Amino acid sequence: MKFSNVLATAGEWLRGEGPHHQIVISSRVRFARNLRDRPFPGWAKKAERTSILDLVRPCVEELSEMQDSFSESLQDLSALDRQVLVERHLISREHAAKGAGSAVVVNRRQTLSVMINEEDHLRMQSIRSGLQLKQAFKLVDKIDTALENRLEFAFDERLGYLTACPTNVGTGMRASAMLHLPGLVLSELINQVIQAVSKIGLAVRGLYGEGTEAMGNLFQISNQTTLGEKEEEIINRLTKVIETIIEKEHDARQVLLQKKPNTLSDQIGRAYGVLTFAHAMASKEALNLLSIIKLGVDLGAFPEERRLPIDELFIDTQPAHLQKSSQQKLNAEERDHLRAQIIRERLKLFPKPDISKMARESGNGSIADAIE
Amino acid sequence: MLCDVCKCNDATVFLTQILEGKMQKVNLCDACSKEKGVQDPTGFALADLLLGIGAAEEIEKGASTQKCPVCGFSQADFKKTGRLGCSACYVTFADGLGGLLKAMHKGTEHVGKLPERAQRAMKLNHRMRALNENLQKAVAEEKYETAASLRDQIKQLESELLNSP
Repeated sequence: MKFSNVLATAGEWLRGEGPHHQIVISSRVRFARNLRDRPFPGWAKKAERTSILDLVRPCVEELSEMQDSFSESLQDLSALDRQVLVERHLISREHAAKGAGSAVVVNRRQTLSVMINEEDHLRMQSIRSGLQLKQAFKLVDKIDTALENRLEFAFDERLGYLTACPTNVGTGMRASAMLHLPGLVLSELINQVIQAVSKIGLAVRGLYGEGTEAMGNLFQISNQTTLGEKEEEIINRLTKVIETIIEKEHDARQVLLQKKPNTLSDQIGRAYGVLTFAHAMASKEALNLLSIIKLGVDLGAFPEERRLPIDELFIDTQPAHLQKSSQQKLNAEERDHLRAQIIRERLKLFPKPDISKMARESGNGSIADAIE
Repeated sequence: MLCDVCKCNDATVFLTQILEGKMQKVNLCDACSKEKGVQDPTGFALADLLLGIGAAEEIEKGASTQKCPVCGFSQADFKKTGRLGCSACYVTFADGLGGLLKAMHKGTEHVGKLPERAQRAMKLNHRMRALNENLQKAVAEEKYETAASLRDQIKQLESELLNSP
């Protein structure tokens, strides 16, 4: 499969309708694996990295899940193409910075991606729409078992799978979900949630993982530890915590609808106004405003069929996707201009927010009743 | 006395911790102690956490030049990158890593997935240990026929272990 095919179709996780997809954008599970007694990618010399790549890559490409896959060496991808893959969460920012001796293999549906010679020899990841950590885990587990028959992984009876960084040793598994939590942010409850989650050994991060800022009210929640707990236990614990956060988010939205309907209507109206009429928009501002429109769709202020165009804009307005669509390299100012233009065009057929339709999620009362 | 971290300013903060019966001392200057956020030095190997794995021992013994025999990676490299050189480094630097892993994770032993290969090897190793124990017992009890049969089983198992992938 060619890069243009990857670009032309959005990943299943973006279009998908997984459970709780209004709040849980995606679920991801990744395994880190290494070959026995071969230097880890960060320490290996270029020739060693290349020889490891030559050994591992055919095994990955021949997996039945990887039929008609997209497989490319990092050095053969332009900086822009790599950034597109980062924006789709198919490779990490660290992997995008790699050159000779590193590669990525992505399946046709973009639900599975394998990074070769990232921080570890193998980083295999499954990404699904909504809250589907178990399904994502099953898929990665399956290809891990299949690869194990052909490659000898570094494994220790006591420490489990051995990884370049001691923070991943044991299961080598990181499970995470991307959550959209505008309700908790608007009602200023988000810090409480983040603190509670951190206390029970889970990490909360921004849009692109470690060290990144939370934009567009998007938060990534993942397991922090990998040693001393079974994979299934980690997945179950994380799933339970996420279900609790989903409940809290729904509660926060209900409270906002009941107690601050004017603030909520104002936020949605302003977001709609700015997105519809602005001529320059930075990526951060776009994400934050799109997040409010997405909340508007969830609450019924916009018709349900407008959900997909908004979800697509989250990705399409990212810097690399923007430049790819215009087929030229743009400076920041040109990007902001183009971003605003694309958003205006997509919102042309978008109806004005209908505040009276904003229903409380439980029961049939509309916001109009609530105000009365 | 100089700061153990920056090695240029005079140390003004002296931390002592007793971990598993061993005393560890770290001396820090004002700036470094603030930067490292030394507030609650409990529950982890302090020197290891501040200076990297094996640092506690290194301070005791003087500069360690231990290198991984498989990949040539040293403790100094770990301090720089926070990553290890190869899977064998986990054996080479096991002492220093122990405390670090304990501080980082929920447990100290892997309880999750086992690769099939490892499961086979673990089973064989387990059987080997049992056979050896029985053999010693049989010899001690002067049951020579049993001992001979056990010795044959051990030989058989040894060849299996050699031929396993």
